[in-house]
Amino acid sequence: MTAAVFFGCAFIAFGPALALYIFTIATEPLRVIFLIIGAFFWLVSLLFSSLFWFMARTITDNKDGPIQKYLLILGVLVSVLIQETFRFMYYKLLKKASEGLKSINPDETAPSMRLLAYVSGLGFGIMSGVFAFVNTLSDSLGPGTVGIHGDSPQFFLNSAFMTLVIILLHMFWGIIFFDGCEKKKWSALLVVLLTHLLVSALTFISPHYGINLMSTYIIMVLMGIWAFFVAGGSCRSLKLCLLCQDKDFLLFNQRSR
Amino acid sequence: MGFQEEDCSFFHSQMQRAGTSQGRAMLTFMASDSEEEVCDERTSLMSAESPPPRCCQEARQGLEDGENAAQWRSQDSEEDLEEDADHYVCSGVPGQPSGLEEELTLKYGAKHVIMLFVPVTLCMIVVVATIKSVRFYTEKNGQLIYTPFTEDTPSVGQRLLNSVLNTLIMISVIVAMTIFLVVLYKYRCYKFIHGWLIMSSLMLLFLFTYIYLGEVLKTYNVAMDYPTLFLTVWNFGAVGMVCIHWKGPLVLQQAYLIMISALMALVFIKYLPEWSAWVILGAISVYDLVAVLCPKGPLRMLVETAQERNEPIFPALIYSSAMVWTVGMAKLDPSSQGALQLPYDPEMEEDSYDSFGEPSYPEVFEPPLPGSPGGELEEEEERGVKLGLGDFIFYSVLVGKAAATGSGDWNTTLACFVAILIGLCLTLLLLAVFKKALPALPISITFGLIFYFSTDNLVRPFMDTLASHQLYI
Repeated sequence: MTAAVFFGCAFIAFGPALALYIFTIATEPLRVIFLIIGAFFWLVSLLFSSLFWFMARTITDNKDGPIQKYLLILGVLVSVLIQETFRFMYYKLLKKASEGLKSINPDETAPSMRLLAYVSGLGFGIMSGVFAFVNTLSDSLGPGTVGIHGDSPQFFLNSAFMTLVIILLHMFWGIIFFDGCEKKKWSALLVVLLTHLLVSALTFISPHYGINLMSTYIIMVLMGIWAFFVAGGSCRSLKLCLLCQDKDFLLFNQRSR
Repeated sequence: MGFQEEDCSFFHSQMQRAGTSQGRAMLTFMASDSEEEVCDERTSLMSAESPPPRCCQEARQGLEDGENAAQWRSQDSEEDLEEDADHYVCSGVPGQPSGLEEELTLKYGAKHVIMLFVPVTLCMIVVVATIKSVRFYTEKNGQLIYTPFTEDTPSVGQRLLNSVLNTLIMISVIVAMTIFLVVLYKYRCYKFIHGWLIMSSLMLLFLFTYIYLGEVLKTYNVAMDYPTLFLTVWNFGAVGMVCIHWKGPLVLQQAYLIMISALMALVFIKYLPEWSAWVILGAISVYDLVAVLCPKGPLRMLVETAQERNEPIFPALIYSSAMVWTVGMAKLDPSSQGALQLPYDPEMEEDSYDSFGEPSYPEVFEPPLPGSPGGELEEEEERGVKLGLGDFIFYSVLVGKAAATGSGDWNTTLACFVAILIGLCLTLLLLAVFKKALPALPISITFGLIFYFSTDNLVRPFMDTLASHQLYI
């Protein structure tokens, strides 16, 4: 496994997230802080999920066999539930913090809830992607042959693409989730939870990468479109953005500097 | 191979680092005659004053000094090395309407948090990169004399007992040295402390760098002849001494401080036995809490003495992102001019822009006119954030130990990293709320320890099992 595999997979998995971070978050200190707090919330949710799985395993006395696989599946589903719960808790925290910030300095524009939704979703996504992939990446630097025992030789590529899609999905879910909470549209929350469960469940059929990845990417595109419209985009603004005529767009501002 | 024993003592003083046996004088201490330095020290110590009306609220962080004195007993030399450990956070409250104060606190808050995140992250990256690549720092090769009890015992109970005893010895050494330093300070033995600080930074900059460079070259199998090595280490060390103890570009000073913190953390990671390291980390946070917040704590006494005398404590071993420059000088003070020779940093201007909100501040960077009719010395300061190097060291020790013992697991390291950053964030938030001196170690180290043990024991098996089945949550 070569350096090419390492760098290629690293940039596939983390490239878009890094670009998003550099261009939209790294410039504002407050956004960086909210990103790290979001990552921390995801970490705590993972801790609780692991605790649940650990307790379930000790209750069944670590017997080997199909029960371990069922426990793992249960662990995954419970983990998804806990993650969404923590997303909700983060929303509540941000709401309180926003109100606090507003009451303290009414002139100063605190970050809007939409922005915080994006930042928190990205925080969740980055932490989730990093935890899922970084051990695999560091193994790819070492010696070995992939697929020598009959597994797929595309293991690293598949993991990289899966990590990428999970990061982007978390970002979109964050936007949709927070918007649903703001407008009290509980159906949005339910859809986010169900699609998250679906994406995780799709990974259960793991050796069949094609179906797995394809469907996850389709879900990601759908979520992306929904998040775009939820965040206030429209076909007209998309057109303006693509033609670099939108005054608020990043590149427009940079060009005029 | 090198030294076999080291003494490390930790000494905490409030604002600046106070060493126990050796102090390391920082840039500001050496140039304490110059006015801008004095002003800097004073303002970093005291919470009441702030010159221009605009820059009212500063979240100022004083640093506690913790000193680790490392005593190297080899055939030839015996030196004490000190590391200052604690980060003492305090904020200034000038007489401003409360709404404006809080607004500026918040405006300062996020930026200052990031100004601390970056160096802490850099230090941790250096330590983790070294631990993961250079085998020397994970090999067991003796222990410090401050941790005499071995951990190679057959029973778990005995091992636990030994580590607790090691911790007790280490902490009592630290307490003793702290009190020694307070006594020295009370009786105005400045030269002694000064010399001590210089000796310790000499050892750190030359000896530890030489060893580190040697091990890195060995790891990557790069040959370097002795003349080149001598030249490299000499230049590195000499520039470091100048930057740290006298004047130099701020960025270079910050870089050197990060490097020496990383070097010290690596020494601790190598020479502290496993369980003792964790117990020591916990005990240090408790001690930090006690020493800073209790009325009779040595650090608190040190700060109060310094405040009574209206002078700075030792500027040794503080990471500072503050920049000081002078405006409109009536007399040409060469030391003040020295301050102006610091390179113009466009980032600084932006800082002043954000902080003070006045577009006229770029004028500050014009050199003073000899005959300026002002008649008095005005000083503008960008009050950045200061953090004690001991805090850097202990954060890096925690993350480095997680990287060293995590059996090749990066998740534990990352979890500890995020936990420490969150702890730092919370500490700064508490600073903004309470507006008095706070220790920086307890919250971060507590979070770090909780996340280390829980990630290592609970999360790691879960994530490994998921990864082996290629499941994603």
